[in-house]
Amino acid sequence: MIRIDAVTKRYPDGTVAVDRLSLEIPDRAITVLVGPSGCGKTTTLRMINRMVEPSEGSILLDGQDIRQQPVNTLRRSMGYVIQNAGLFQHRTILDNIATVPRLLGWSKQKARERAAELMERVGLDTALAKRYPYQLSGGQQQRVGVARALAADPPVLLMDEPFSAVDPIVRKGLQDELLRIQDELGKTIVFVTHDIDEAIKLGTMVAVLRTGGRLAQFAPPAELLSAPADPFVEDFLGADRGIRRLSFFPSAELELQTAPVVAIDAGAEKLASRGAAPYLLVTDVDGRPLGWGAPDDLTAGEIDRDRLLPYGRPFVPGTDSLRTALDGAVLSPTGWAVAVDGEGRAVGVVSQQVIGEAVRAAHTAGRPDAKAAR
Amino acid sequence: MSGFFDIPSDLQNSYFGLIGLHLREALLPVLAGLLVSLPVAQLCVRFRWLYPPVFGVTTVLYAIPSLAFFVVLIDYTGQTETTVMIPLAVYSLVVLVPAIVDGVRSVPPETLAAATAMGLGPVRRYLQVQLPIAVPAIIAGLRVATVSSISLVSVGMLIGNQGALGNLLHDAQIYNRPLLAVNSVVTTAVLAVLVDAVLVGVRVLLTPWMPKERAAR
Repeated sequence: MIRIDAVTKRYPDGTVAVDRLSLEIPDRAITVLVGPSGCGKTTTLRMINRMVEPSEGSILLDGQDIRQQPVNTLRRSMGYVIQNAGLFQHRTILDNIATVPRLLGWSKQKARERAAELMERVGLDTALAKRYPYQLSGGQQQRVGVARALAADPPVLLMDEPFSAVDPIVRKGLQDELLRIQDELGKTIVFVTHDIDEAIKLGTMVAVLRTGGRLAQFAPPAELLSAPADPFVEDFLGADRGIRRLSFFPSAELELQTAPVVAIDAGAEKLASRGAAPYLLVTDVDGRPLGWGAPDDLTAGEIDRDRLLPYGRPFVPGTDSLRTALDGAVLSPTGWAVAVDGEGRAVGVVSQQVIGEAVRAAHTAGRPDAKAAR
Repeated sequence: MSGFFDIPSDLQNSYFGLIGLHLREALLPVLAGLLVSLPVAQLCVRFRWLYPPVFGVTTVLYAIPSLAFFVVLIDYTGQTETTVMIPLAVYSLVVLVPAIVDGVRSVPPETLAAATAMGLGPVRRYLQVQLPIAVPAIIAGLRVATVSSISLVSVGMLIGNQGALGNLLHDAQIYNRPLLAVNSVVTTAVLAVLVDAVLVGVRVLLTPWMPKERAAR
């Protein structure tokens, strides 16, 4: 465990970057430091591997003061990922990843074998091994950065806004990849970001810092959303924290209706038997949703695909959260969300009202289920 | 005995002998300049305040005419190649020091931070990260320094025929053979272009990691 104990960083000009910060960073979990610029989050991170020395206080790693071991030994035991990856532009991808193993005295061959293994682990084609950084996209470079940090299998990973400089789609891919890798490796990760959504998505614990380097709140993300400690945290979380909190409630309990789901090749009598619903969800012959149709249009005979209303974004019950389900219902012009299975086949529909009741029930049930966030 | 490549016997060298002499007198000073510039530039990077005065001093030195250098040096090193090469080495500093400083400073801060965070000490950081990444800038500086050095060697003619190909200019006058002057100028220019091309080749070999469109400069 990393324990930050009453740490202050004061610069010679009097600026206080971090002010009596104490944090207990749990093992094998992702702890996110989040806050506006100037809140000292990067400074805090850099004090953990002594790139910045605290003015007061101490940092303990497994009960031992980090100043007790040689600084480069300490740093080689902590992977570090930085914004823009910070790759060595004059070295091949493979040699970039092999940097720390080589520093630790591994043979060139062993280090390169390890590097190739890591390329696969972070989802990079090993055909890129002999390329140079400029030949890779930003997202690929960042994956190399993560692989390089993991190369010597350090127990601790420090990540300084690693995904801030890539576009949102690539960022989401990298975040999902990090969660997957973390499930496999179980590192102690300290992750710095200014993006509260990223903090909530990735963090097992989230530390919100305020300008001047003071801790505003340290809590699991669901608790942060349901009970922000003060107006600053509430403001930092943004306007729709209620909606976002729904990410932590599972959608498995939603009661699905199957009656309004009809296949496109359904006969007139079958359509007639479903007449009670205001809209019917039309699927293709394999059961994949095509769109909503009004019963009157449908009973008129042939189903005209072009006249169907869009069905929004479907959710997968059990995998997706209540937030995704509600989003699907809001997006759908009929106000009903479409539930699909893993293969994208419609398994039922659910109305906004039903989802709303589930939200109320979840609130009264109290603690949200953190697992559903992913 | 008055052809384009017939060198008067007072120069005690063949045409190719003069070329060899010229290259030695031009390149050794640049090499010496590089060896001095590397630590000086590193100090300037390490201590930022040092760079403006260092830059000022190298500029002032560059402004001293070579003749003035010769007058002072001739008491110590006589009418020798060394007297020619010392000013050339000093002149190369005005190009090389800023080139190396800029090259080392061009290393992106996140690359340096990553190197530090991975446990590379200052020496490793310099040798394994900063210097290799500065190679294109250093070679760009070397190209300018080398070409100017090749053209400046000729002035050595003034201190007892130590100007290699430049001596031909003097002989062109005393023997009334203008072709020798043409030879001197053309050969010097061709040498400069060829040596420059070699340096570009070295750069390409040393920096396979550079984007091709930038390398095309």
